[in-house]
Amino acid sequence: MIGAQILIECLKREGVEVIFGYPGGQVLPIFDRLYDAEVKFILTRHEQAAAHAADGFARATGKVGVCLATSGPGATNLTTGIANAYMDSIPMIAITGQVKTFLIGNDAFQEADVTGITRPITKHNYLVKDVKDLAKVVREAFYIATSGRPGPVLIDIPSDVQLADTDFIWPETVNIRSYNPTSFGHPGQIKKAAKFIASARKPVIYAGGGVISSDASSELFELAEKIPAPVTWTMMGIGCFPTTHKLSLGMLGMHGTAYANHAIMESDLIIAVGARFDDRVTGRIDAFAPNAKVIHIDIDPSSISKNVRVDIPIVGDAKNILIELNSHIKKSSDTTDWLKTVTGFKRKHPLRYKEGDKIKPQHVIEQIYEATNGEAIITTEVGQNQMWACQWFKYSSPRTFISSGGLGTMGFGFPAAMGAKVGFPDKVVFDIAGDGSIQMNIQELATCVSNKINVKVAILNNGYLGMVRQWQELFYKRRYSQVNITSPDFVKLAESYGAVGIKITNPKDVRPAIDKALAIDNTVFLDFHIEPEENVYPMVPAGEALNRMIEGLA
Amino acid sequence: MRHTISVLVENKPGVLARVAGLFSARGYNISSLAVSETLDPTVSYITMVIEAKDEKVLEQIKKQLNKLIDIITITDFTKKEHVDRELILVKINYSSKSKAKLDSLLDKQVSKIIYSKGDSAIIEVVGEQEPLKQLLVILNEQFGIKELVRSGRIAMG
Repeated sequence: MIGAQILIECLKREGVEVIFGYPGGQVLPIFDRLYDAEVKFILTRHEQAAAHAADGFARATGKVGVCLATSGPGATNLTTGIANAYMDSIPMIAITGQVKTFLIGNDAFQEADVTGITRPITKHNYLVKDVKDLAKVVREAFYIATSGRPGPVLIDIPSDVQLADTDFIWPETVNIRSYNPTSFGHPGQIKKAAKFIASARKPVIYAGGGVISSDASSELFELAEKIPAPVTWTMMGIGCFPTTHKLSLGMLGMHGTAYANHAIMESDLIIAVGARFDDRVTGRIDAFAPNAKVIHIDIDPSSISKNVRVDIPIVGDAKNILIELNSHIKKSSDTTDWLKTVTGFKRKHPLRYKEGDKIKPQHVIEQIYEATNGEAIITTEVGQNQMWACQWFKYSSPRTFISSGGLGTMGFGFPAAMGAKVGFPDKVVFDIAGDGSIQMNIQELATCVSNKINVKVAILNNGYLGMVRQWQELFYKRRYSQVNITSPDFVKLAESYGAVGIKITNPKDVRPAIDKALAIDNTVFLDFHIEPEENVYPMVPAGEALNRMIEGLA
Repeated sequence: MRHTISVLVENKPGVLARVAGLFSARGYNISSLAVSETLDPTVSYITMVIEAKDEKVLEQIKKQLNKLIDIITITDFTKKEHVDRELILVKINYSSKSKAKLDSLLDKQVSKIIYSKGDSAIIEVVGEQEPLKQLLVILNEQFGIKELVRSGRIAMG
């Protein structure tokens, strides 16, 4: 079997249903084999979008996302998408062509040192120089990408290796002596955590993306109700706990709810599960939760005690640890007064916005929530659109909110929506976008239309790069520098691609437009012309303590 | 504070770049680095002297190293009984007239003249950090050091 065929066979055995990618000179043998293969191939219009689509597919389905590009520029175009997946611990396999082995290092046409470039943005990477190693490498790559703290793995395959012939030997098992992720937590630590929980009077559960990647939502739910303790989550944790539940505090941090931030600051025990105390979450680190002991459950030992001092670290898979922890919690803790206090925070500092003559972005998102009965998969771009999408859609289940967390990649949401829709063709997938972000991967309209991937895009069009404008307004004396952004006529643009565009300028037309979009069996751009200088509140200014929020309408 | 750490890694292309890249990407400092093969051809041994301002930074460095797939084990010699050595080649100003004076300074066990020509001599010095440092100071004061090459520290527990 030649290398290209071995690759396709391995992907099949790993259960890969779809590949997102783009052909080119150094992957011709692979594409020749793809011509006859069963695996579905989605041809994007830019390699960056292929990586984001694979990422979106992975986040929505929990399976591995696979993208494929040629050497040189094909591979470098993937890198933003790979870095994005790396920061958010998303299992992804990126396959790139490389110049022939004897040309490597010669500055050959379309050559780039792709394993060198991607070393700091992959969990691991491989340059396959011998076809005999290929099957083993692919097997290892999938194992590494999906185990422990998941992440992207890149496989760089020179074109002569793709053509070289060898016997195909599928390794039944993977054994990497230098890689043994911990999956069960230390029993002694778990017992100690249960004791801390029993004596806590003001506990808060702080849940992150790890709860979603380890599929631990129901265990988290059980823990919250057993204690009972209020639950707040990071942006990556959205969907791990139902927003409408009485113990829900919503998202915390810079643009989190005021009540979540107040609860964290007053708590006496933080139970962190699959979260990493990112600077957008903690605010000023030395002022963070001054009276709280910290239990930190995480699969990655390097996340523990990185930013905050931890009293009880428990390394392992969140689901396994929570099952064990729940079994040690025999009766509920005395948290009645605390829950009353927290309810008081909620009543005193609700999320709010003011209706006006112009369309309010928060209203658009509320209407999308209602029109879809809360059952849509929401993807976002980055900036104000993203924060409003976090705040105003009431997520109730994991893998229904897909957003670029760690890297904050504008242009992510639209291709990620494609990936999610490919994973769930029967679900409504909505990308909440800004007029700036959507233009960063707008070429994917062609991919959507030609593959009948019908996603809906709500452009919150304010004529600004809104989040940067907000910072310039609040912290740079309204000196608006390079944040006015012009856009094409999104309706005509969508139409020219064969999609549908609808422009909405009046608040009363918001809901009918959303309903109309949902009824159209095509990709739809909803161009909402919103209040141009609407800000995202509450907001913790960078470097301030979490309880020093600007609440906007207070 | 300086810490000696040894790392057993897979002997594969790019592993050293992974280790070095991790240090530069995360802003850690390497004071010295020694890489060599071992009896097992599939394994290489890296000894590093690293600077960490506190225990927390040292912990992070070790944890981050551990995340690299090709790293097999990490040994931190900071709180462990161990011996360490470094080899230094030092070129000094020298003439045969000063042989007796130089001989009196050198301890045959750890330092000796291995080459001399014209107005220079190269001395090999092997030892622990403190005696090495003292000898270098003396050599510089009394002869003048022209050139210096250090192998980096290696350690064994």
